[in-house]
Amino acid sequence: MADIERHTIAVLVDNEPGILARVVGLFSGRGYNIDSLTVAEVDRANNLSRITVVTSGTRMIIEQIKAQLSRLVPVRKVRDLTDEGPFVEREMALFKVVGKGEHRIEALRLADIFRARVIDSTIESFVFEMTGAAEKLNAFIELMEPLGLVEISRTGAVAIARGAGRF
Amino acid sequence: MSAEPISGADIVIKALVDQGVDVVFGYPGGAVLPIYDSLFKQNSLRHILVRQEGGAVHAAEGYARSTGRVGVVLVTSGPGATNAVTGLTDALMDSVPVICLTGQVPTHLIGNDAFQEADTTGITRPCTKHNYLVRDVADLARVMHEAFIIAKSGRPGPVVIDLPKDVLFALGPYTPPEEIQHKSYRPQTRPDPARIEEALALIAKAERPLIYGGGGLINSGPEACARFTEFVRLVDAPCTLTLMGLGALPASDPHFLGMVGMHGTYEANHAMHDCDVMIAVGSRFDDRVTGRLNAFSPHSKKIHIDIDPSSINKNVRVDVPIVADCGEALAALLAGWPKAAPKRPPAKRAQWWERICEWRSRDCLRYDRGRKDVIKPQYALERLYALTHERDPFITTEVGQHQMWAAQFFKFEAPYHWMTSGGLGTMGYGLPAAVGVQVAHPDALVIDIAGEASILMNIQEMSTICQYRLPVKVFILNNQYMGMVRQWQELLHGARYSESYTAALPDFVKLAEAFGANGRRVTDPAELDDAIRYMIETPGAVVLDVAVDELENCFPMIPSGAAHNEMLLGPEDEATKPISEEGMVLV
Repeated sequence: MADIERHTIAVLVDNEPGILARVVGLFSGRGYNIDSLTVAEVDRANNLSRITVVTSGTRMIIEQIKAQLSRLVPVRKVRDLTDEGPFVEREMALFKVVGKGEHRIEALRLADIFRARVIDSTIESFVFEMTGAAEKLNAFIELMEPLGLVEISRTGAVAIARGAGRF
Repeated sequence: MSAEPISGADIVIKALVDQGVDVVFGYPGGAVLPIYDSLFKQNSLRHILVRQEGGAVHAAEGYARSTGRVGVVLVTSGPGATNAVTGLTDALMDSVPVICLTGQVPTHLIGNDAFQEADTTGITRPCTKHNYLVRDVADLARVMHEAFIIAKSGRPGPVVIDLPKDVLFALGPYTPPEEIQHKSYRPQTRPDPARIEEALALIAKAERPLIYGGGGLINSGPEACARFTEFVRLVDAPCTLTLMGLGALPASDPHFLGMVGMHGTYEANHAMHDCDVMIAVGSRFDDRVTGRLNAFSPHSKKIHIDIDPSSINKNVRVDVPIVADCGEALAALLAGWPKAAPKRPPAKRAQWWERICEWRSRDCLRYDRGRKDVIKPQYALERLYALTHERDPFITTEVGQHQMWAAQFFKFEAPYHWMTSGGLGTMGYGLPAAVGVQVAHPDALVIDIAGEASILMNIQEMSTICQYRLPVKVFILNNQYMGMVRQWQELLHGARYSESYTAALPDFVKLAEAFGANGRRVTDPAELDDAIRYMIETPGAVVLDVAVDELENCFPMIPSGAAHNEMLLGPEDEATKPISEEGMVLV
């Protein structure tokens, strides 16, 4: 078996009804993995949205995914950020931690170390907001679990190439 | 932009006429009544009323594949659209340019589970090249023209335009096709010159070249096929074609090895296995062609010309990918060949041809004529070919054994004469496809080579055939079995013929007569020629029900899970080459 690679792919699409279903349907219909997928409009004047999809597969599958994405009529550009040089990837997440006493203090202390922000608090709960690489979020989750982490909402990765080059 | 706003329905008709459409295959219903009303008031567009919407799409496919033009379908919302889904999937798999206009409930009812509402764009998204839901009549003309661009450019395919009823009534502006350009869709058609150079260098040095052409050549058009033929002859390489590519090179050309693949010829498959340079042109390394992938043509460098980048490296790693229209790539190869061609052919070329002659001498399509009183299906097709080929017939088929035998025994000299469901394998394709072909070529001999099981899947289109007095000939190879299913059950499932025998078949002669056509049944080989002459000489539609050997199998065959050089040549090989466990799970 060939090695499984993880790739972050940015896709610029016409922002029209059904485009997300087209992309998601392509992945499910052809049996490709979606590790995460984010989408939002990025260019109102030209009605363009940007999809960031993190996927994994053999080299041949990754090449197929890019070719199949490019084949969709409303897809303008497909860039494999993983292949095309250095890029930065970030994810945002919200965490709800419920607890009292020592646990609460420890949670706050850890959040501070991780540079998570408190965006909601009650006497028995916090909601933390944190942005970072997926690994950092994962590490935070691991530490928070024994301290009363009850709920997580993650955005999935967004990514952009480093340097002055444009999409 | 036209000064006077016109209704959405009129925009649809006007756009079709401006796109050069002369015929629409369809079936009316509530949601498309405004379009049918507009149709009624004009004379430029002909409408062919089918008997089920599935038939309309296959008819449009037959029309498209026999002319190189876009086939147009008009159906209503809900069941009209869902019935079209099989045909759309078929057109997607075989890259047939089709535009399917579907009615939709009025925009304010969409999502309400209204009467005859279906999420047509949702359902057809994976089975179309692209689809649209037109919510604003102001977009309608643009969408209509864009759809034609998308359907026929690049790798062709079906496009659905879903038309809510209120949009058809609304008044809007009309824009002619000249003023419409798709904002971003620009398929690459010109080859990269560097890749052409690489390909030429490989071809020039090839000792055992093989050219493998596919349906992309037919889609690219007769000119591309002529270039292909010229190229094959210039390079003097053996050439095989896929099921979809038959006719791209004249079958009478001495370079032609016959069809490749599961039921392809022994020489084509062995040449594919043993070649050192493979030149794939408009073919997609489908699993029916490659056999077991890890044993596929192990010693060859592969050049792959395809207009669809996703076809390249999908199943088989290639060495020289060329993303381009076949015709343009072949023009570039032809232009470069005089410079690239070796002074004299590589020394081992002659030996390669010798080996091919040896493979050919196996005469892999031979069959045992068997008992004198039973018609062998291969014999029936040999006779059909012998008695019709001078009339340059258009052949459609259903799916199964008869289809493979037709591909083996009919020799096609030109493109656009062979219409078959390759990728999807849709039983019931051939009869409605023949409707479309005959509508496009009213004076031609059009024959649907059918099996008795397949023909029943869209037999209602006999009624369409009779309504429009289409002289379609239906040649049924009747073995009372779903023959290919029975063959696989024999080879793979211990001859347990589970549900593959059709008891209570209709009397096809009476059935033909009931529709208003002529029918005849033949059981005796001695009477076959007469019956075929009766079929082609009787004016109007004729059904010829040919009772053939019930248990005949289609050979040669690459059993699933086997390699090209592990073919079964005939019944004598069945016992000695059992099919592997891995092969059994493949389709």
